[in-house]
Amino acid sequence: MIEAHIHKTLSTANGKMLLDIQLNIKKGQFVTLYGPSGAGKTSTLRILAGLLSADKGQIVVDDKVWLDSKKKINFSPQQRKIGYVFQDYALFPNMTVRRNLEFALEKGQDRSIIQELITIVELEELQDRKPETLSGGQQQRVALARALVRKPEVLLLDEPLSALDIKMRAKLQDYILKVHRQYGLTTILVSHDVGEIIKMSDEIYCLEAGKISKQGNPSAIFTNDRLSGKFQFTGEVIAIEQEEVVYIVTVLIGNNVVKIIAQESEITDLGIGDKVIVASKAFNPILLKIEK
Amino acid sequence: MMDWSPIILTAKLALVTTMILLIVSIPLAYWLAYSKSRIKPVIETLVSMPLVLPPTVLGFYLLMTFSPGNAFGSWLQDWFGIRLIFSFSGLVIGSVIYSLPFMVNPIQSGLASLPTSLTEASYVLGKSKIKTLFSVLLPNIKPSLLTGIVLAFAHTVGEFGVVLMIGGNIPEKTKVISIAIYDEVEALNYSNAHTYSLILVIITFIVLLSVYLINGGYLKRFWR
Repeated sequence: MIEAHIHKTLSTANGKMLLDIQLNIKKGQFVTLYGPSGAGKTSTLRILAGLLSADKGQIVVDDKVWLDSKKKINFSPQQRKIGYVFQDYALFPNMTVRRNLEFALEKGQDRSIIQELITIVELEELQDRKPETLSGGQQQRVALARALVRKPEVLLLDEPLSALDIKMRAKLQDYILKVHRQYGLTTILVSHDVGEIIKMSDEIYCLEAGKISKQGNPSAIFTNDRLSGKFQFTGEVIAIEQEEVVYIVTVLIGNNVVKIIAQESEITDLGIGDKVIVASKAFNPILLKIEK
Repeated sequence: MMDWSPIILTAKLALVTTMILLIVSIPLAYWLAYSKSRIKPVIETLVSMPLVLPPTVLGFYLLMTFSPGNAFGSWLQDWFGIRLIFSFSGLVIGSVIYSLPFMVNPIQSGLASLPTSLTEASYVLGKSKIKTLFSVLLPNIKPSLLTGIVLAFAHTVGEFGVVLMIGGNIPEKTKVISIAIYDEVEALNYSNAHTYSLILVIITFIVLLSVYLINGGYLKRFWR
């Protein structure tokens, strides 16, 4: 469905970095780009959307060539027909929620899609409000709905949930999954959040300094399949304290702070800020660091 | 007996100038806000020059350029039958150049202050640059547009040097209010000069006050 090979020299805070990415995404897949800031995730998404031009490469979507530097083909963002959700939502402040959606309509397009999307993301009561009066989560729902008005086959999401609190996130993840399935979209998400990635994606590309370092099934990548827990959560270490002969590791899971007992051997390579999986079998909890 | 024609002429000049400026300045400000061209600093300098240049300098060069004694001026007269000096059209051209920065600068900074994601979102939704400009960008910089319009209008009302240089002092053609005041003072008609001056002070005060009221959101607060 999407085959892309992208080359681009990016100027970053630490000098020049070569972005060299090869993507091969099947129709209907939910793919996540994961990696540290400045690895080139957003740039990759922007090149796919045509908002940033690649130095060279090809992008073929559904047998249609969007970019071929050799043949001098380069579709403008207008021609590519994608849904794009921006990190800052980018809603038009001068239009109401409904007008924002209507603005996206193509000439002669059936208007019933507007009502349909408003119903799906539950915006009925907000449709006559201006974006500035909405909360972050509500704005993000409008942005998601607006991105789908033209019925794109590809949906690009640039860290759409990073500014939201944990409860709102979970709800929006459900909305995104819902539209992804309902409209048979091929979705590419940029995300930092391991829990979110495991919950949502079929496939993950890990980017490091402009290159793909790992690719595969998210739970396989994050846990190396070393674990067969009865249940497990991902979280972030916020404190490690020694108590007599054991250690107490404080982990932030969702919006809960959980204290977990750990052996010295378990904490040797753990530091504050590390992502961990907390899993439990019948008796003791297990702590496992997530490979970056 | 008060002669009202300078006031009417001034209002006409300021209106025509402001309308032309609005049409000229939107594309120019758009280009200045988004272009990465190398000649951009040069154009920016040229647009802003009337801010610092004495109006008489500008008027002098316009007079030289448009004078039928020179190549360009005689070409205009021979080919189009247009004579720009000592005429209302000449005043309009002078005023447009003179007030250009007052219209361009607010629109340019308004456009530059909008997040680029708004433009990008519109492009991704399949909308052209023109459609994006008129439906997304301009409606979101209304305060900047209003500031530009009012400043350009007020600045044109108050101009003196340019008008005197290229327009002279022809009643009902080029004798605007600021020239009329100068005239009356020279003729020692202080009471007429006073009336004209007071009208200018009042108009300027009302115009500027309304800008601050609208842009500061005060009106909205009081109306609710």
